[in-house]
Amino acid sequence: MAYSDKVLDHYQNPRNVGAMDKNASDVGTGVVGAPECGDVMKLQIKVAADGRILDAKFKTYGCGSAIASSSLATEWLKGTTVDDAAKIKNTQIVEELALPPVKIHCSVLAEDAIKAAIEDWRQKQAAAKQNADGISGTI
Amino acid sequence: MKTPIYLDYSATTPCDPRVVERMLPFFTETFGNSASRSHSFGWTAEAAVENAREQVAELIHAHPKEVLWTSGSTEANNLAIKGVAEMYRQKGNHLITAITEHKAVLDPMKHLESQGFEVTWLPVDGKGRVDLGQLAAALTERTLLVSLMAANNEIGTVHPLREIGKLCKQKGVLFHTDATQAPGRMELDVEAQGIDLMSLSAHKFYGPKGVGALYVRRKNPRVRLAAQMDGGGHERGMRSGTLNVTGIVGMGAAAALARTEMAGETARLRALRDRLEARLLRGFPEAVINGDIASRLPHLANVSFPYVEGESLIMGIKDLAVSSGSACTSASLEPSYVLKGLGLGDELAHSSIRFSLGRFTTEAEVDFAADRVITEAMRLRDMSPLWEMVQEGIDLSKVKWTAH
Repeated sequence: MAYSDKVLDHYQNPRNVGAMDKNASDVGTGVVGAPECGDVMKLQIKVAADGRILDAKFKTYGCGSAIASSSLATEWLKGTTVDDAAKIKNTQIVEELALPPVKIHCSVLAEDAIKAAIEDWRQKQAAAKQNADGISGTI
Repeated sequence: MKTPIYLDYSATTPCDPRVVERMLPFFTETFGNSASRSHSFGWTAEAAVENAREQVAELIHAHPKEVLWTSGSTEANNLAIKGVAEMYRQKGNHLITAITEHKAVLDPMKHLESQGFEVTWLPVDGKGRVDLGQLAAALTERTLLVSLMAANNEIGTVHPLREIGKLCKQKGVLFHTDATQAPGRMELDVEAQGIDLMSLSAHKFYGPKGVGALYVRRKNPRVRLAAQMDGGGHERGMRSGTLNVTGIVGMGAAAALARTEMAGETARLRALRDRLEARLLRGFPEAVINGDIASRLPHLANVSFPYVEGESLIMGIKDLAVSSGSACTSASLEPSYVLKGLGLGDELAHSSIRFSLGRFTTEAEVDFAADRVITEAMRLRDMSPLWEMVQEGIDLSKVKWTAH
């Protein structure tokens, strides 16, 4: 199977591989996929108070296209805002990496991972806020 | 060292130069049709075909008249399985095979199932072995054929042919074995092993592609087959079609080499294969060897690299020609049905590489290959979320995954 140059580049030189503290309140973590399907992506974002994404990291178990999709996603996430990040579509990833039809699921997985990471961060924000409200209420 | 390094001898082998040398005159000089009875061109071709038939028969301890030429193992398997089922339909309607057989056995079986035959699909254990007790229990009055391969193409596990043959004989059931992977790599003896039908393919043992053979027992019992192609009645009416004389000459020469060189070659290959596995395990201690260590083909190593996905690993070792156990390059995303059949966990089934060594593999190539695989597998494992989870003490089987 022929891979596009961009897939090969991300596969050989993946950007932003790594992990951040998943318990930190400003970090959102998304884990999607399943070993039985042959791919699992973990995507993390570190978000500033104003909603800007300061950092993004990934780890992926999967084929070259899955690695490239998640690597590309972290590149796009850094510097953008969570609201804009939520709008990233898998078709943009397909286009950028020139993924063939059998590899479209890799891009879908990357989109799901972005959404899951944002959702995790939002839940943490809401919980923190509730906590803060609760604490101020008792004083 | 020349790259890419070919370590996929179970997919196909190069023609041995000695085989090619024997074949060449039959393209241009002695090009006759072996069915031409009226002139020397035909007679020469026929003599060459019969000589090759003897060479193949000798390899498997058969009589030359029991060897039928086909286009390869797929055709031989189809002819054996469908040919027996159709010929003996009055006698019964039941066939037995195992889930780890090649598609060229599984699919004819499925075809027969759709025609009203009953098929028993034997499971295998974690090493790819069938349970002989289970096989014995599955044999009934209505059973026509047992088809179990000599050795598995993905994991190399060798079936106990002698015992299977004995069981079948006791019950009066025909025994077919797909021996595609076996020639030159393990002993084949249709008499001692009680085999009634055997499929062979030349290109798996340094012969040309597009030619194969089916051994069909002539006595005790005499096996009859319903032809699957109608035509000129070649090959005792069981397989019509002008013979591929050049290919057949090549298959005969390859069979002669496989027979005479097997002892030395298997010892050499086993040593190389063991060296490869030892080196891989030293560099990647969590690697898992698949198949039956006690009984498997000498040239094959099927190794899983846990938490590393097979297709990405293959992508990283472009200078090695190996096979991935996982069929992720297809749209199905299913890992190998053979590895799944062993009951391997998903992270192992998706992570396997098949190395198959051959006549022209060197020690230096094996060392280079092992080191390349270790480097790449380590790199990929470092970016694997599964490995990270395991390091954190998470039990992957307990995780609620979002299957897609």
